[in-house]
Amino acid sequence: MPIEVHPSALKRTKWHEYLVRFVFGGLITAAAGIIAKKFGPEVGGLFLAFPAIFPATATLVEKHETEKKREKGQNDIVRGRDAAAFDAAGSAMGSVGLFVFAVLVLQFIQGHSLWLVLAGATLCWLAASVLTWWIRMRVL
Amino acid sequence: MIDILIRFAVGGLVVSVFSVIGDMLKPKSFAGLFGAAPSVALATLALTVRSEGAAYAAREAHSMMAGCIAFFIYVSAVSWIIMRYKLKTLWVAVGAVPVWFAVAFGLWWIR
Repeated sequence: MPIEVHPSALKRTKWHEYLVRFVFGGLITAAAGIIAKKFGPEVGGLFLAFPAIFPATATLVEKHETEKKREKGQNDIVRGRDAAAFDAAGSAMGSVGLFVFAVLVLQFIQGHSLWLVLAGATLCWLAASVLTWWIRMRVL
Repeated sequence: MIDILIRFAVGGLVVSVFSVIGDMLKPKSFAGLFGAAPSVALATLALTVRSEGAAYAAREAHSMMAGCIAFFIYVSAVSWIIMRYKLKTLWVAVGAVPVWFAVAFGLWWIR
């Protein structure tokens, strides 16, 4: 299955939908800091992988896919929900990369350059996620 | 208070950047990878190392591994429920959040 980039898809997203994701992302980042200060880094660290904006993103996927079908004269809600389910399945594959990110940060953040560790771990997140996705598409 | 506001702004910005990248990609299963981007972690760890030190950030990263497993189970459950029962995405995604809490805190408790 080829990977495609569609910058025009951004036109479907309304400004308040961008705002909702910014606010949720900001809130969970602030909350993770507050929780870590109050209950310690072990509890705060859990929230570094909290699905903060996932409900908003998955809902947008369903909405946009349903709108596209409606523009073609089809009232197909099921296709929109299927798209959201595929998006969630992709996030499950991405969480493998997220785990790799956490392991690398744990191993290298002490005694190495912060930016080098974060950049390297992010690249490894991307590589592990894409590899997991590629294997999943090949196998099934 | 300033620290919280900085975290809010940086976190919101990083999360938004990864979301926009995901919005532009097809197929949806590939775009979904960006729903699991380390956006909150990047913003938090960068600020935490500066304020609390690298050892503190390493302890957060250790717990994050449990959060990742919880995230995997949460999104897998959401995907399966929507696919199987064709329910409204928002209800499933919000309704399943207790799954994340149960797995994350369960793993943290038994560690």
